[in-house]
Amino acid sequence: MGTKRHFRVWRGDENGGDLQDYQVEVNEGEVVLDVIHRLQATQAPDLACRWNCKAGKCGSCSMEINGRPRLGCMTRMSTFEENETVTVTPLRTFPIVRDLVTDVEFNYVKARETPAFAPPADLEPGEYRMQQVDVERSQEFRKCIECFLCQNVCHVVRDHEENKRAFSGPRYFIRAAELDMHPLDAKGDRKEYAQAQQGLGYCNITKCCTEVCPEHIKITDNAIIPMKERVVDRRYDPIVKLGRRIFRRDQLEEQGTRPGPLLAQEPSHHAEPGADGVKWNRQVAQGQAAAVDENGRLPLSEFTFDRAAAPSPFGDDVTFPLPPDDLNYHHSNKWDT
Amino acid sequence: MTTTATRPAAGARPRAAILAKTLRTDRWWASPLGIAIILAIFVIYSTVRIFMGKHYWVGEGHYLTPLYSPCVSKSCVPGSSHFGTPLPKFPFFIPLGALVFPIVAGFRVTCYYYRKAGYRSLWLSPQACAVREPHAKYTGETRFPLIFMNSHRYFFYLASLVLLINIYDAVLAFHGRDGGFGLGVGTLIICANVALLAGYTLSCHACRHVVGGRLKHFSKHPLRYRFWTFVSKLNGRHGTFAMASLLSVMITDAYIMAVSAQWITDLRIFN
Amino acid sequence: MTTNRIERHHYDVVVIGAGGAGLRAAIEARLAGKRTAIISKSLFGKAHTVMAEGGAAAAMGNVNSNDNWMVHFRDTMRGGKFLNNFRMAELHAKEAPERIWELETYGALFDRTKDGKISQRNFGGHEYPRLAHVGDRTGLELIRTLQQKIVSLQQEDKRQYGDYDARIRVFAETTITELILDGDRVAGAFGYRREDGEFLLFEAPAIVLATGGVGRSYKVTSNSWEYTGDGHALALRAGANLINMEFLQFHPTGMVWPPSVKGILVTESVRGDGGVLKNSEGKRFMFNYVPDVFRKQYAETEEEADRWYTDPDHNRRPPELLPRDEVARAINAEVKAGRGSPAGGVYLDVSTRMPAETIIKRLPSMHHQFKELADVDITKEAMEVGPTCHYVMGGVEVDPDTGATIGQVRGLFAAGEVSGGMHGSNRLGGNSLSDLLVFGKRAGEYAAAYADSLPARPKVSQALVDTAVDAALAPLSRDGENPYTLQQDLQAVMGDLVGIIRRRGELQDALVRLAELKERVAKVSASGGRRYNPGWHLALDLRNMLVVSECTAKAALEREESRGGHTREDFPAMDPNWRRLNLVTSLEGDEVLLSRKPVPEMRPELITLFDRVELSKYLTDEELAGFDALAEEASN
Ligand SMILES: Cc1cc2nc3c(=O)[nH]c(=O)nc-3n(C[C@H](O)[C@H](O)[C@H](O)COP(=O)(O)OP(=O)(O)OC[C@H]3O[C@@H](n4cnc5c(N)ncnc54)[C@H](O)[C@@H]3O)c2cc1C
Ligand code: SF4
Ligand code: SF4
Ligand code: FES
Ligand code: FES
Repeated sequence: MGTKRHFRVWRGDENGGDLQDYQVEVNEGEVVLDVIHRLQATQAPDLACRWNCKAGKCGSCSMEINGRPRLGCMTRMSTFEENETVTVTPLRTFPIVRDLVTDVEFNYVKARETPAFAPPADLEPGEYRMQQVDVERSQEFRKCIECFLCQNVCHVVRDHEENKRAFSGPRYFIRAAELDMHPLDAKGDRKEYAQAQQGLGYCNITKCCTEVCPEHIKITDNAIIPMKERVVDRRYDPIVKLGRRIFRRDQLEEQGTRPGPLLAQEPSHHAEPGADGVKWNRQVAQGQAAAVDENGRLPLSEFTFDRAAAPSPFGDDVTFPLPPDDLNYHHSNKWDT
Repeated sequence: MTTTATRPAAGARPRAAILAKTLRTDRWWASPLGIAIILAIFVIYSTVRIFMGKHYWVGEGHYLTPLYSPCVSKSCVPGSSHFGTPLPKFPFFIPLGALVFPIVAGFRVTCYYYRKAGYRSLWLSPQACAVREPHAKYTGETRFPLIFMNSHRYFFYLASLVLLINIYDAVLAFHGRDGGFGLGVGTLIICANVALLAGYTLSCHACRHVVGGRLKHFSKHPLRYRFWTFVSKLNGRHGTFAMASLLSVMITDAYIMAVSAQWITDLRIFN
Repeated sequence: MTTNRIERHHYDVVVIGAGGAGLRAAIEARLAGKRTAIISKSLFGKAHTVMAEGGAAAAMGNVNSNDNWMVHFRDTMRGGKFLNNFRMAELHAKEAPERIWELETYGALFDRTKDGKISQRNFGGHEYPRLAHVGDRTGLELIRTLQQKIVSLQQEDKRQYGDYDARIRVFAETTITELILDGDRVAGAFGYRREDGEFLLFEAPAIVLATGGVGRSYKVTSNSWEYTGDGHALALRAGANLINMEFLQFHPTGMVWPPSVKGILVTESVRGDGGVLKNSEGKRFMFNYVPDVFRKQYAETEEEADRWYTDPDHNRRPPELLPRDEVARAINAEVKAGRGSPAGGVYLDVSTRMPAETIIKRLPSMHHQFKELADVDITKEAMEVGPTCHYVMGGVEVDPDTGATIGQVRGLFAAGEVSGGMHGSNRLGGNSLSDLLVFGKRAGEYAAAYADSLPARPKVSQALVDTAVDAALAPLSRDGENPYTLQQDLQAVMGDLVGIIRRRGELQDALVRLAELKERVAKVSASGGRRYNPGWHLALDLRNMLVVSECTAKAALEREESRGGHTREDFPAMDPNWRRLNLVTSLEGDEVLLSRKPVPEMRPELITLFDRVELSKYLTDEELAGFDALAEEASN
């Protein structure tokens, strides 16, 4: 039946660790996760490893197998040579918890920062009508099982911890693309958000995310590049600008919605004004983007900067004049008291 | 053996302590190396050819090499200027293809596929997936100079014009020895090259975006949706087109050079 | 490092479980203005609900306008063999469409019909195409949508209070081991964080259980490690009742080859979209297994069955689409008769019935799953399938309208798979996802209302917390058996003796063995420390698995008939007298008590939705007389 195979599994925690050798039995038709389970049941009961579905559906069992980011439950042992040593390590991009388990909080933080779906104001539940061809693109991205392999392999954060602050990673680029392509999403500034807040510009489209995605989502071709192109539409393309001027009715401006909210994270609707008419609970548009370089200075020359003209001191996300609805100021209706 | 955690950035919680730059066991370096070699060969070849300033026109079959098209300087050999010669004679250090070469080169350099290829095999950022890159800092395409990669759209529009010129050149290459219609091996090579160039240009991501990708509702634009679907199909092969057209440009040019320099004779199929 | 420090949190509503039911409950509680915590054993968004494939049943009538809640209600009752709590089935059928539409406003993208509505597909036991779906990853869409809705609520809170966690917070990878009571009221929940083994105490007046099922007690199961019956056991220990625990659904088509994927599901939509079951002789055997009660609705010849796919209005449906219990039993019978595949299953074939592109389009994740897991191309060859433990119909007994548990405890609510009654003796495919939404919402709503209604918050006594700490730490300091061995032994007992087909002798034997296991589990030990130690986690789960298994075995022994997810070889027929009884289990000290409780009677306007001929197969003569009287009254 089974044969003995040589496994090297990384064991340790934040204080250090190393690859430990195991000889373990492997049967026909098994996957790497089965072998990890056998190790747990026989030689290493406290070997930490995440898993849930064992069917490539939940994205829990992400690990690196022979240096490649993979799902443990989707890596068949038959893909290795009989005498090949199989090396299993935790994801390298995230802080280690123990053994094969890493702290993937980074991803949840980024998820929380990505503005959510903005439902159209004029449709009640049950009134949504969408054509299959229109939802298909977004559906591709919704296949994502959040295994975070793409986040792990992306060299922008894998090799540069300091970029984690500015860079959301491919998983959240497809989320932005999904919403930007959603036929009924009422938020107009997803591309600007992707560029300014998610760090789309850090991606150099080297396609590793697409290579490792177990759901075979074409992350680069169908999400990142189209998003980059959409940013180009807005910022650089002369023909699109001209066209927009000539044909006012443009699809590019989102269907009949008011200009995007002030800040990327701003609500698309605001709480009702308080008793005194002032909307105290809304956040004032603050200079947000502060497009400064590492030294905290605004770039002086257009040449070295990513847009024409000097950057606005109010940040990238605020356009003037501010829509009156969004102002904190409330005009007094009492006369000269 | 206990090792310390890799790359502990200030303040960050440690990652798993694995020192190896990668634990990949496959030949991950083979593909970036191969691509680097191809790119290098092309760069060297085209530089040499561009500054050669001769052997770019075959009068008999009306073959003009793509590297010199359109030839619009008074220095061009007679017959090769399909669009007249509005420009004066060039000094020797300005190549005759100077007008469009920057466009074509810019188009390729800013092409999403070549960016990937270049970043991986020339810039090593990263060489291959899950292989640590050698750079200490990385800002991607967020600032000068790489921010200029976003100009690909301009290059796409311009390159489409160049493609039209190439097509025109190819039509002219159906030229017989007696002045009427003719067909030689060179014509076929030129046509194949133009087909690949067209495939490359049409399958461009910017093209895919412009024809339909930017729409939010395909259902309201059935025709553009059809275009988009078509371009998307080609787009899946964009990398192949990119490499194939690179080689085909070299082959076409080499063939025309060889015929023009009379190292070989063009095999005529008809007239 | 780890200490005996206990992290304390105060919330208004604590939801245990981050599957469909839990998230929906949490959203509702948060919308009601309550400070809400969501607790989940695994990461956020990985709960079992992600694995659901086929779809969510809701009578929206988008594909066939004849569909409405009454038809759905009828199908549900029929599927559950009339043992369902009728009120739950009614609420479910009525509210499911709204719940699905609501998801669209949260950003869900279901597959569409031509006119832009939500597309619906056929599924076993449903009369009309009814399952809203997204390819075959509906559960993923559902959970992701709810997860993203929670994120959007957190973003709202962030804008209002400057903190994402101000009113709703997710505690991922946190396991609750004990509920803390104050008298007969819930006062809090105690648990540990997997990541570092630290203890947490959530003080809250209202707790919603949404912990899913119990399938891990079986050898062959489609369920993940999470399904150790924690919610069932927590409820029992807190004084609530479980009902219908004898009913476990064995999904007819789990993968049986290769061994590593044994149990993993092949979605029913493979059959709904045209897949057929064949035995080793290549015969479509399901035609031989149509039971009398279903005779009228199912095709008798292959030709008629094949026509149904294109013209469902004029043909009867293929027998492959019989309810799950029937199909599971049929497969079992074929294998026993020696007509099974080498790995002990039968063949499920779509490759000869549809062109490859159609298969890939319609069943993308099945295609993917087989290709990657089993190296089988379902567009070219047949799959090998067999029954796998899939779903527990039984669960915490709840009040249909509010989701409040029934028993000795107040402030405890339950929704989703952990609750019982809705599905009777057998669940229809697709009814679970809609169940999660409908009753999740209700549980959240009423838990919030309950928290409001309390004059003072119940108090957590330190003594109870200390006991919980000791219980949690015990396996680490003991020198006893390896938890993995114990789990395997438990799975063997349940799989072999309390499996699909049950017998008195075996059930009695099972009870004896479970008693032995109980003693062994009391002495289980886990090596290693408290940080992310799966051995320790399993050791703590074992005791829950055991008590729930005991409930199942006891109830299975008691019910002397075969119905839905409970088949007794010694009592092969359905008995109308048993239909009137629910079996209720509760805990007294360490002992599982079993009692009988009458099934609530359907209201007149509901029972008259059924055909008398149909009812006569399920009801006692006495009940039928009552029905006739009603019918007469109506016609006068
Ligand atoms: C393979 C498969 C396919 C299915 N297909 C369908 C289908 O097509 N249609 C359909 O309607 N139904 C389907 N089902 C059934 C359906 O998916 C489940 O019944 C449903 O998802 C259960 O949801 P839930 O919210 O009750 O619990 P779950 O989604 O299972 O969530 C349980 C949650 O509780 C948490 N939890 C458990 N114990 C504890 C504890 N002690 N402390 C803290 N947290 C805890 C877990 O971490 C988890 O987050 C399928 C099931 C499976 C397995
Ligand atoms: S393509 Fe971009 S996002 Fe994807 S891995 Fe490469 S750099 Fe990261
Ligand atoms: S996009 Fe693909 S690789 Fe990235 S998290 Fe989703 S499923 Fe995983
Ligand atoms: S265990 Fe779910 S993806 Fe591997
Ligand atoms: S030419 Fe390659 S992407 Fe445009």
